[in-house]
Amino acid sequence: MKLIATGNQPVGPFFHIILDRMLIPNVAGPGLDRITIRGRVLNADHAPVPDAMIETWQANAHGKYAHPADTQDKPLQESFLGFGRVVTDDNGAFSLTTIKPGRVPGLGGVPQAPHINVSVFMPGLLQRAVTRIYFPDEPANAGDPVLGLVEDARRATLVAKSVSGEASVLEWNVILGGEDETVFFDL
Amino acid sequence: MSTGTILDVRGYRRPEPGTQPPYAFPSYRSSLRRAPSKPPILLPHSVSEVTGPMFGRDAIFAGDEDLTIANSGEAIGSRIIMTGRVLDEDGRPVPHTMLEIWQANAGGRYRHKMDQPHSPLDPHFNGYGRVMTDSEGRYRFKTIKPGPYPWENHYNAWRPSHIHYSVFGPAFATRLITQMYFPGDPLLPFDPVHNSIPDENARKLLIANFDWETTIPNQATGYRFDIVLRGRNETPMENRR
Repeated sequence: MKLIATGNQPVGPFFHIILDRMLIPNVAGPGLDRITIRGRVLNADHAPVPDAMIETWQANAHGKYAHPADTQDKPLQESFLGFGRVVTDDNGAFSLTTIKPGRVPGLGGVPQAPHINVSVFMPGLLQRAVTRIYFPDEPANAGDPVLGLVEDARRATLVAKSVSGEASVLEWNVILGGEDETVFFDL
Repeated sequence: MSTGTILDVRGYRRPEPGTQPPYAFPSYRSSLRRAPSKPPILLPHSVSEVTGPMFGRDAIFAGDEDLTIANSGEAIGSRIIMTGRVLDEDGRPVPHTMLEIWQANAGGRYRHKMDQPHSPLDPHFNGYGRVMTDSEGRYRFKTIKPGPYPWENHYNAWRPSHIHYSVFGPAFATRLITQMYFPGDPLLPFDPVHNSIPDENARKLLIANFDWETTIPNQATGYRFDIVLRGRNETPMENRR
């Protein structure tokens, strides 16, 4: 039996109804080394998108996902699920507090650089846009098998930037068009 | 290369052509400035994509499966029982996965500050629910049939009645947000959101079926809506660390 997978449809303008029960701006558990990722979501004209929802999924600091399909012999961290969900404000801005994940296995025998998996939803977007957040000043980025799929000129859109004067803050934006359009993945 | 375990990762299958909407669909106006313009890069699945958030029974509160009672009163509208299964493309049930649902009230109005006052709010309808599939992938909730509502897409534009479904499934790769429609809705052929799915059969699968079996005499009509998540590849891909 082969069924047809259900088609995606946009979230529509009123998805905020669901957020009362599940808005997760802080992925990091207590006692962990926190970072804050700030950014904006911009449309094809680089105008702010005030009604986007961003979901994130990541491994813990050891590079282990809290999921049975991750069969690595690495410790789970208590109360760390690794799932975040934030929305943009009127300026298209969002903020997520989390930890830097460890490295996880990648394709072709190459370990992946620390990264956060991202789904972007908004009215007008007929199915989620999938991208990743990588970390600045990370030597492993050079050999990352996924960054390696991306042409040099566009790779920087996937790497968060340090913010001067704020040690634990990174900036990373989602841009839906133009020269600096974010790299999205066909998952 | 570091030594360590080899992780065999079976990725998820790619969608059949025409069964998913494109990013830019001109008759759905707001897609035009919000679509990636460059083709997305094909991403082979690793442990990052075949894992995903899992929620336990404790994510569900009493009353989450009944949208017809809120703020100590009963919502206005025609009662319906929504049931169905979450399956993968091979017909295997997807057990213990969370569904978030949201919808307009019987008059087509959402409890949202941005929705236009074309019809009143119902003090006893919040329009939000949450259910978990059981071990056989089945879900069930009770609600009222949402009304159609006007929107700004084109002249005299009306969205057909629909319920939004957000499904997590077993992996980041299976995340799905969709809309379920009602059979026989005269607005469906004119809806650019529904029509954004090119394949006619795939489009029809977003329409629930009326169901005598779950219809409760003197109480509620039943509708059945199955959700199919991506199936897995047969052959594992080798991941190392």
